[in-house]
Amino acid sequence: MVKPTRVTNSIRALRFAHGEMTQAELAERIGVTRQTLIAIEQGRYSPSLEMAFKIARVFRTPLDDVFQYPDSEGDQP
Amino acid sequence: MTHEEKRAWIRLVDAVLGYAVYLVLLLNRVDGRPLTDVPYVGVMLWTIGAGVLAAIVAEVVLAAASPGASRVSDARDRQIGRLGDHVGQAFVAIGAVGAMLMAMAEWDRFWIANVVYLCFTLSATVGGVAKVVIYRRGVPEW
Repeated sequence: MVKPTRVTNSIRALRFAHGEMTQAELAERIGVTRQTLIAIEQGRYSPSLEMAFKIARVFRTPLDDVFQYPDSEGDQP
Repeated sequence: MTHEEKRAWIRLVDAVLGYAVYLVLLLNRVDGRPLTDVPYVGVMLWTIGAGVLAAIVAEVVLAAASPGASRVSDARDRQIGRLGDHVGQAFVAIGAVGAMLMAMAEWDRFWIANVVYLCFTLSATVGGVAKVVIYRRGVPEW
């Protein structure tokens, strides 16, 4: 079944907090196209774990500060 | 639009236009005869060849029109490519099985060749539509 991703992120806020880094600049630093970075920011694409770590490393912040996955009823602990 | 998304559009349009041109040329040759008597081999081969050439030329023209555009492809492009190919693959299998059954039943070669060509076109079209939709709406989670 196709469903939208529930992963949210704070990339946009982090970019602005880091000297208003542009999407193109961040995309180049993690080795993806600007369109892919836009898709990640807008929640239209869930990056691989490796790509997520690369993004977190650029901002020198833990992964949890970049990506969030909401709790929901019925989830196993 | 990424380089790979442009290529997906080119191949989609190329597949649809190529088959449409083939049908028009074929039906113009009917001239009151049964379809199986229409000389289709040359038209089919030339249309397929012209389609391949047109796709190459379109990619070259597009690249020349925007020389500064990035040609980088990444994990998302590869994932979308695989998903699109997976969606279109069913029609290749349907065409192959259909052609096998038709050959066993001794159908005219006209129908066998045309079913195979139609299924290749459907594969490229459905796979291409899947790719451009995923590029626009996002990669689905399964």
